[in-house]
Amino acid sequence: MNIPILEMKSITKSFPGVKALNNVSFQVARGEVHCLVGENGAGKSTLMKVLSGVYPHGEYTGDILFDGRIQKFNGIADSEAAGIAIIYQELALFPELSVYENVLLGHEITKGLTIDWNETIKKSTEMLKNVGLNVNPESKVKDLGVGQQQLIEIAKALCKDIKLLILDEPTAALNESDCDNLYELIGELKKKGVTCVLISHRLKEVINIADTVTVLRDGETICTLDASKNEVNENTLIKNMVGREINNIYPERKHVRSDEVIMEVKNWNAYDPGLGRAVLKDINFKLKKGEIIGFAGLIGAGRTELAHSIFGNPDGYEITGELILKNKKQNFRSPKDAINAGIAYASEDRKGDGLIMIQDIKRNITLACLKRISAKGVVNDNTEIRYATEYKSALNIKTPSLEQLIVNLSGGNQQKVSIAKWLFVEPDVLILDEPTRGIDVGAKYEIYTIMNRLVEQGMSIIMISSELPEILGMSDRIYVVSAGKISGELSGSEANQEQIMHLATQ
Amino acid sequence: MSIKELKKMPGLNIRDYGMYIALLIIIVFFGIVTDGNFIKPQNIADLMNQTGYIAVLAVGMTFIIIIRHIDLSVGFLAGCLGAASAIGLTSWGYPVYFVIPAVLILGILAGCITALPVAMLGIPSFVASLAGWLIYRGILLMATSGTGTIIISDPAFIAISNGSIPDFLSNFSFLPGTHKLTLLLGLLAMVWIIFRNISIRKSKLLYNFEIIPMYMFIMQQIFFVAVISAVTWVLSGSNGMSWTVVIMMVVVSGYDWIARQTVLGRHIYAVGGNPEAAELSGISVKRITMIVFGSMGLLSAISGIMFASRLQSASPTAGTLFELDAIAAAYIGGVSAAGGVGKISGSLIGALVYMSLMNGMNLWSTTSDASLQYIIRGLVLAIAVIFDVATRKAKR
Repeated sequence: MNIPILEMKSITKSFPGVKALNNVSFQVARGEVHCLVGENGAGKSTLMKVLSGVYPHGEYTGDILFDGRIQKFNGIADSEAAGIAIIYQELALFPELSVYENVLLGHEITKGLTIDWNETIKKSTEMLKNVGLNVNPESKVKDLGVGQQQLIEIAKALCKDIKLLILDEPTAALNESDCDNLYELIGELKKKGVTCVLISHRLKEVINIADTVTVLRDGETICTLDASKNEVNENTLIKNMVGREINNIYPERKHVRSDEVIMEVKNWNAYDPGLGRAVLKDINFKLKKGEIIGFAGLIGAGRTELAHSIFGNPDGYEITGELILKNKKQNFRSPKDAINAGIAYASEDRKGDGLIMIQDIKRNITLACLKRISAKGVVNDNTEIRYATEYKSALNIKTPSLEQLIVNLSGGNQQKVSIAKWLFVEPDVLILDEPTRGIDVGAKYEIYTIMNRLVEQGMSIIMISSELPEILGMSDRIYVVSAGKISGELSGSEANQEQIMHLATQ
Repeated sequence: MSIKELKKMPGLNIRDYGMYIALLIIIVFFGIVTDGNFIKPQNIADLMNQTGYIAVLAVGMTFIIIIRHIDLSVGFLAGCLGAASAIGLTSWGYPVYFVIPAVLILGILAGCITALPVAMLGIPSFVASLAGWLIYRGILLMATSGTGTIIISDPAFIAISNGSIPDFLSNFSFLPGTHKLTLLLGLLAMVWIIFRNISIRKSKLLYNFEIIPMYMFIMQQIFFVAVISAVTWVLSGSNGMSWTVVIMMVVVSGYDWIARQTVLGRHIYAVGGNPEAAELSGISVKRITMIVFGSMGLLSAISGIMFASRLQSASPTAGTLFELDAIAAAYIGGVSAAGGVGKISGSLIGALVYMSLMNGMNLWSTTSDASLQYIIRGLVLAIAVIFDVATRKAKR
């Protein structure tokens, strides 16, 4: 075996109150495709940030050996100079600039003081050919698909003389054919001697593509598996990733569901004039009283768009179709109408459009229904505190004071505030968009318990989630969304991950 | 006790007190260098009257900045509306009780017109209000082109910025030579503020919220009492409380109440804190934008009326740079440019700091040069905002 190109030894990185990485070792052999897997929050991204110098030398302990030398990176520029390139999930391209400008950004070919645009276009065309991308280099990046944009990122990285290419969940937003293209490209690069580290949640792709797999869990290296020794398979990976049986993390629920349909959506289509394309096509589904339905699908399938379009359409889609709530046809013009009719929507993006981070807990809880704590437009502070205290204890929000600002809370507590905020409007239908994203296992369990309690009391819940175990563990029925359409309906008790994945990638 | 220790005290935020301390320093400093001229009753009364029309604008600007916008048009809008009052009273001979409500409504409409493209089309408020700045300046020049200035002779209108509240208690013989209604109002204000603070503290204790230690609380109350009694005493020694001060206090306390106690206030801070989250919480960001700009128009009208009354005329340059003075006052008062943060009382203090500085520099021979004054004003604004941002970071 040759000398590893990268060796990270005993890396420990702490944040205030939490050890994100604990004595992690990570070794990548020259010329291999190495997959890094683990649950959300296992420490994969933190490890890559340590490697790329986002967390500079001195903020972590342990050694990084790259290309035979101990490296002390003080920033991304250092790691790039050493030959490491990282492509993040959120692409860092300039949508308004052309393809060739993007590809050679930071590596402009100059002639004296000015840029030699002809050479730039020539060079970028070459680079695009390298990654198998056949587009006009003069088109704007924003007009290309996500898959093509990803390839541009890779082309951009290849302009530098790289030895190690790190891809952070590159296929999360890609469709199947784009994924295949990418796998092919990774194979090509491997032949050319570029080592690849791939962070991925998709185990199938890991099994197909990896030479070696390292599993992280809760900030520690769990194991390294070798594909050539037939160690890499789905069961082994899942067992190592979660370290526990999946099925016992969901609390039991008394099923009290009736056959009364509380909400029905018929022939629902939405067109986004901003994107210039349809985001939802012919959606039909029913929600019964006291039921949890799960919306499964890949990121970008249109589940959040569906929730927004039902919840008063704040994004200004052009909508056709019928929405029937409690036997009445509804035509919401704003989220306010939807809230008044009995629908609540807890956003997937707590920081972005869910909570007001710079305000305190009580204000966030009461914001969507100030009429409950006010008379003639004047807020009663004492009533507010009484209610906020009630919801705080009902949801077990851990905080010394209701005057704590949201920014200072942990992700799990933020999510509980977000749910408290929407329970405060006393809805009939609660839409939870990724209710457990980015929160720890304990808080997840609490949120599941709360969801069960709510449906037992007769509320109906729509849960949007990208975590398949969660969808399977919590839903009475599952709708799988793919490319803006519902590609299938499954019973929660009978469905399995493979079925859902199959429908989600249709 | 060092500043560092002060910062660590629970519930005590150095930022909240910085401006009070700055105001105190300015008053003491100019009191000394002008041989006491700065703190003579007549000058303090004058300072309050000068502050009035800027403070009123700064209050409106606070809400504008809180919802992440800016309104540059308010200075010349105030000038225009002052001219409109003058034309209504002098040229057209309408009575004052008709002219003032009409001008106030005109102000609300003007604010809403600025807000329309901002709220409905997403035009940056900087651009929309810059257009307003140009247009209102043009209108003001046009309106005053005939005579240059329009003299106002209506006594009731002039009294707004030159008269004082009537002293119906003057028959009482105690404390001769003072304005007794002013003293009474000051006393009432003191009692009210202390009672309110005690009740807030009690309810915070009840709910286990963070509070400052008792001795700090008492010091705080003593400070309030000292400031109010000083101001009341000084004012009662001249002609008593002017109508300008009354209007200013009504506007400030009204807006402060809206900010703290009403659903509308909650919605304004929510829109400023996170517009997307506010929209998804059932708040119409468009509606809030229209209301806040409409209120800015109303306050511009009040400011314009106060200024016209003070000069007893409408002039072609009325309102010049008022918008920037108001913005500076709001920032000095601790409003955050990132939105969602700011207090109405802070902006009043900001306006007082800013205007005391201008007034003091005019009185002091060393700084009577206008060019130097601009430089110092700029430095004070920069220092205030740097202080604000630095203390905000230290809190984290």
